[in-house]
Amino acid sequence: MPNATHTVRFKIYRYDPDQDAKPYMQDISVELDSTDRKLLDAMVKLKAQDDSISFRRSCREGVCGSDAMNINGKNGLACLTAMDSFPPGKPIVLRPLPGLPVIRDLIVDMTQFFKQYNSIKPYLINNDPPPERERLQSPEDREELNGLYECILCACCSTACPSFWWNPDKFVGPAGLLAAYRFIADTRDQATGERLDDLDDPYRLFRCHTIMNCVDVCPKGLNPTKAIGKIKEMMVRRAV
Amino acid sequence: MKRLVVGAHYGLMDWLAQRITGIVMAAYTLLMFAAMLGGAAASRQAWHDFMANGFIRFVSFLFILSLCYHAWVGVRDIWMDYVQPAAIRVTLHVLTLLALTGYAGWAVQILWRL
Repeated sequence: MPNATHTVRFKIYRYDPDQDAKPYMQDISVELDSTDRKLLDAMVKLKAQDDSISFRRSCREGVCGSDAMNINGKNGLACLTAMDSFPPGKPIVLRPLPGLPVIRDLIVDMTQFFKQYNSIKPYLINNDPPPERERLQSPEDREELNGLYECILCACCSTACPSFWWNPDKFVGPAGLLAAYRFIADTRDQATGERLDDLDDPYRLFRCHTIMNCVDVCPKGLNPTKAIGKIKEMMVRRAV
Repeated sequence: MKRLVVGAHYGLMDWLAQRITGIVMAAYTLLMFAAMLGGAAASRQAWHDFMANGFIRFVSFLFILSLCYHAWVGVRDIWMDYVQPAAIRVTLHVLTLLALTGYAGWAVQILWRL
């Protein structure tokens, strides 16, 4: 069907705190070309049709993590979600990421999410004088960081996690814990003990009950549950 | 004083204990199933003799302790998730501990008088 146009129906969460007493779901349709392959393409067309619809977007290729939203009940990136992955004929339901305060429409306030991320000190701590060229790792040690460093902080995982919904101020959340393990696993980091001390806490780490919603939704295919398991394993090895 | 505080520095041992007590309970359940298939519950007398056996008393006691510890960690987690005021939470923690301790004593008393 080259360049065939077709109509796609949407149900979009709308809320403008300056105007609306409460949020509502808006039914809206848009004409799409066959070249509109991703959900974000469709949303850009929607925005051209009704410019009051607000959402974040930037790189449109799954690297910046800004267009994370709840798509038909599951968190994901609009730019990585293919239009042909939706069941035909049914409206596509878009809501903001659950559990975070809504600023407007699909835009949420990520302050709490980044507070937790910052709390794990997401940077290399090494008190040795920097070497002339760089801090080297063996290929095996470097291998350990694969599946950890790729996180784009889109917050799909943490906002899919009930433990984060109940305790966003105390539980670090899957994204933060994945980042924490990224530095715990790094052989160039010298603060492993302090990092483990910081996480050995009923709230910060042990709110995770391994339900794996984070793994289910991660648009980059990462596995925060596995990283959390490895942090726990390191704590056990340290304690026994 | 309303500042948020975290950093109680416990949790690992409870998490580990919950796993270990889970394994103990699973092993005990399998043992019970095997015993029942083997006719241990064929009659009241057979069941009585089975439960009065020294080894079964020993593992039943471990099962009850495991159950109570496992339940303590799990129920405490529920209070921590859903009950925010610290005064109510500590009350619920204490009540849970007292109830589980009482249940453990009561169950042991039932099993060991056989």
